[in-house]
Amino acid sequence: MSEADLKKTPLYDAHVAAGARMVPFAGYSMPVQYKDGVLKEHLWTREHAGLFDVSHMGQARLRGVAPLAAFEEITPGDYIGLKPGKQRYSMLLNKKGGIIDDLMAARPDDDGLFVVVNGACKDGDYAHMESEIGGQVKIERLEDRALLALQGPEAVAVLSAHAPAVAQMVFMDATVMEMFGVTAIVSRSGYTGEDGYEISVPAADAERIWNTLLQDERVRPIGLGARDSLRLEAGLPLYGHDLDETTSPVEGGLNFALSKKRREAGDFPGAARIQKELAEGPSRIRVGLKVEGAPAREGAEIADADGKVVGVITSGGFSPTLGYPIALGFVPPALAEVGIRLNVIVRGRTQVAEVVPTPFVPNRYVRKI
Amino acid sequence: MRFTKDHEWISVDGDIATVGITAYAADQLGDVVFVEVPDVGKTVKKGDSLAVVESVKAASDVYAPISGEVVESNGELSGAPETVNAAPEAGGWFAKVKLADTSEVDALMDRAAYEAFLGTL
Repeated sequence: MSEADLKKTPLYDAHVAAGARMVPFAGYSMPVQYKDGVLKEHLWTREHAGLFDVSHMGQARLRGVAPLAAFEEITPGDYIGLKPGKQRYSMLLNKKGGIIDDLMAARPDDDGLFVVVNGACKDGDYAHMESEIGGQVKIERLEDRALLALQGPEAVAVLSAHAPAVAQMVFMDATVMEMFGVTAIVSRSGYTGEDGYEISVPAADAERIWNTLLQDERVRPIGLGARDSLRLEAGLPLYGHDLDETTSPVEGGLNFALSKKRREAGDFPGAARIQKELAEGPSRIRVGLKVEGAPAREGAEIADADGKVVGVITSGGFSPTLGYPIALGFVPPALAEVGIRLNVIVRGRTQVAEVVPTPFVPNRYVRKI
Repeated sequence: MRFTKDHEWISVDGDIATVGITAYAADQLGDVVFVEVPDVGKTVKKGDSLAVVESVKAASDVYAPISGEVVESNGELSGAPETVNAAPEAGGWFAKVKLADTSEVDALMDRAAYEAFLGTL
């Protein structure tokens, strides 16, 4: 795809003006870093507040007679039981129990569901929803909205100065409120492991709101490079890397997103495989690894102590917070116990990698006020 | 100093060439968090991977601008990879290579030519 074919978010001009290095990502020209660089941006977000443009992601409204019940037909989450004002992480599943995409779906008001999906998957996701439940729900793509993420320990103080009510929200709350003179859909969530918010605003107002937030000295713009290293430290899987259409939620370590009621009912795509894996264990499972030596990146093989290849790294890099390389990869469950020492093969060399708990860096979600 | 279009530099003293990457390359890479330098005794041909420089996001090869045998590598970088950003054309060198063919040096750009090349990027 040439530069000219790339789409631009409503914040493109603001990124360029701020000296961002723009790269192709999910069909968009996106900032991978600003002048500070990935390392400083990462650490800034962990200590203060980082502002991210995630407008490339897909935002949609699902409306209809019974949108929650319809959504349960294509996901394994408990959406009929989702209270207004709450959000849940879930995923679209194919008939083999593989993950088509992971997503956030919320009831910010009484107007059906508000769904956020990955930018690289959104066209396929909407086509899938249309073919599976299009007869029951109307899928309205919110193309005229931008999405900002404000993440970090100072995010609550920054945002509540503009909208005091956000301080009363807890992790995975989602609501509609007036903010910056517009109607925003706000959730207390993100994908960095930090406390913070995702804020959906009209595209026409995005640059003004972006600049308003950046006037606060606690806030700096953060690129996709640091977003990736932050989510890796948080132990969160990245679709297209750690998860794909062959990966089941059980293999992906996403059992928390399979509600008890739905597990028992087995009324979701691929339920037979998923119920079997829950009962007997999957053949492979996602683990966190602490790597000695060079970073082990996506595609690096994982070997056991005898040198036999047992798995593969699906994402990995250097942890700016910890100061050493970390990775996510898939191994047989017998080798997934914390403390087991494995090897990774980096450029032909064998390096030690130890199975460690995730998140690598403790998350700081605010679950109670 | 001589330079390549891949943004490596060499500094020649007798038949020993010290190899590093330019300030431009270091800036493009961003914060260097890991460096893999070659073992002493390794022989490289011009264009072979000589070292690997890793930023938070990615690994990048450093190519040998000249052919020869590695006679010294910069062990300091394992504990201080950030030297590549701080002093790319001094303390951030990767290896010293005993030249196999001194005429290869003549094919590389001088600083004026390299800076003119940077202006075209």
